[in-house]
Amino acid sequence: MTGMSMAEKIKRAVITVLKYFTLLLGAFIAVLPVAVCLFSAFKSKNEYETTNVMTLPQNWLYFDNFITAWKKADMLTAFKNTFIVMVLVLFGSVMIGSMLAYVLSRFAFKGNSLIRNLFLFATMIPGVATQVTVYQIMHALGLINKLGGYIILMMGTDVIAIYIFLQFFESLPVSLDESAIIDGCTYFGVFFKILFPLLKPAIITVMILKGVGVYNEYYMANLYLQSKNLVVVSTSLYIFTGPYGNQYNYICAGVIITLLPALIIFIACQKQIYSGLTMGAVKG
Amino acid sequence: MMEDSMGKASSLKKIFGMGKGQRILVIVTFMFLPLLLLFVFTYLPFLKMFQFSFYDMKYIGKREWVGLQNYIDVFTRDDCFKALKLCFYYMAGAIVQLVIALYFATVLSFKVKGGAFFKGAMFFPSLICGIAVGFIFKFFYTRGFVLDTVLSWLGFAKESLPYWLKDTSINNFSLAATSVWKYMGQNMVLFIGAIMSVDKELYEAAMIDGANAWNKFRYIILPSIKSIVVLNLILSITGSISAFEPPYVITNGTNGTGTYFVIMDRIAHQNQKVGLASAMAIVLLGILILCTIAQKVILNVMFNDKTESYSRKALKKMRKEERLKRKEAREAARA
Repeated sequence: MTGMSMAEKIKRAVITVLKYFTLLLGAFIAVLPVAVCLFSAFKSKNEYETTNVMTLPQNWLYFDNFITAWKKADMLTAFKNTFIVMVLVLFGSVMIGSMLAYVLSRFAFKGNSLIRNLFLFATMIPGVATQVTVYQIMHALGLINKLGGYIILMMGTDVIAIYIFLQFFESLPVSLDESAIIDGCTYFGVFFKILFPLLKPAIITVMILKGVGVYNEYYMANLYLQSKNLVVVSTSLYIFTGPYGNQYNYICAGVIITLLPALIIFIACQKQIYSGLTMGAVKG
Repeated sequence: MMEDSMGKASSLKKIFGMGKGQRILVIVTFMFLPLLLLFVFTYLPFLKMFQFSFYDMKYIGKREWVGLQNYIDVFTRDDCFKALKLCFYYMAGAIVQLVIALYFATVLSFKVKGGAFFKGAMFFPSLICGIAVGFIFKFFYTRGFVLDTVLSWLGFAKESLPYWLKDTSINNFSLAATSVWKYMGQNMVLFIGAIMSVDKELYEAAMIDGANAWNKFRYIILPSIKSIVVLNLILSITGSISAFEPPYVITNGTNGTGTYFVIMDRIAHQNQKVGLASAMAIVLLGILILCTIAQKVILNVMFNDKTESYSRKALKKMRKEERLKRKEAREAARA
């Protein structure tokens, strides 16, 4: 790089400045809508009404809005329900997905590719479209307004997990299965004792993708969990659409509360989230 | 432990008669639940939807056969099929989103100060719950609030600014922009993943040859991530046709922002015109399937079907291996 001319040097400097300018602009636009929400969440009613939304709050330790929002939206119940849904759906999805993927990847039976295609086709059908009749089915099964019904529905409509497991199984050598079988293992033993522990990276990926999905799912939760004590985190904010319509200092506090767990998990497992996303996207 | 499992295995073998029965048992038990769920929550609704689309009905109560009337309504009513034209706003948004994502991915794939921060900041919106996004942007676009303030700093007169969510000449752009805001980072991360998997030596060689940034992008990066870019571009078409979230959570489809799915949702769950909503869903699914077939054809022509045949190849290999295994087992048994 020693023989650079003056013009070349200036050109490079300009490119560097432009590069950082666009990065800062991009980050600013990404953060701004959330940041202003944070400002308003710390403002008292009076302060909120008299200052511009872009001014910083006077007191960063003013937590009244958060307390009010927490109580009004019944966030304690919401977090409890979301936790139950999360644990059961993640467990169910991992078990169902890995078992199905094991069978599809290890046994060449009639209908194997048909089943693969049935699941592939299911990815094409947008969830919102089928809810018109899923609602009727849920009604017939008596599963509306039951946490269990929502959990089953969330487990049953996941195809991404199956693809991630399928890909992972296809990278595990079949010789592992064979040597275990020679040692006297059953197929069940092969799956639970030999292969399942090896699936750990895939399980983490599935849990992250599915976890984000469950935490943020609001459409079906709103449709199937309508009674008050069945509120989940994503739907807890709905309370603010009614009588609180424009009390944004409460609303913003509520938004920040629901956003916080996502932010903490994101900061803690950035790497896994990025790689999980990349893995989940190449389902082909 | 070992003895225990061996004991179980041999007893199991006795019960199921050497592998074959056990093979069937494992296939059936492991597939029962996923297939049941797939049937009950995906294919049964699909079939029911087809059936319902010929009836005038609510969720509860009597239904009346109306033949093709619902389909005729879908195409003639002012609020149904015509709502599809809104997809062009979201398509435009999706293209803008891909271009921005491609730019930032290229920049962030190489050494940048604070790269992790920029990447994280731009990606995080995709992890925010839709309802929260709705409130955030209602707030953001309110008269005199965030966007108006920022624009007034840039010298725009506040009075000349439109009502971002009410003015029908601009509100669909406002909504499409929120979609870009939320999902750009996700595309960016995907592209970074693809760029990172390109052989590093190529960049070094290019540097030595004195290639500038644009050439590096044009001749090395773009060709090697072409498939994922095209895939995302194509996916954005079906995504735009089924656009739902921004209008649903921000404007609830008011002031001419009701996309096809928002209208369908309203007809199904508020007006309880289940038959008409089913017909709408079937029509849109038809369009989506046509789009997907077109995509497959385009991809096949462009990339020689490398992506799709993966599972089929694996299956073929598996069959061959199983045949071999059985043959070996037979021979072993004979010997």
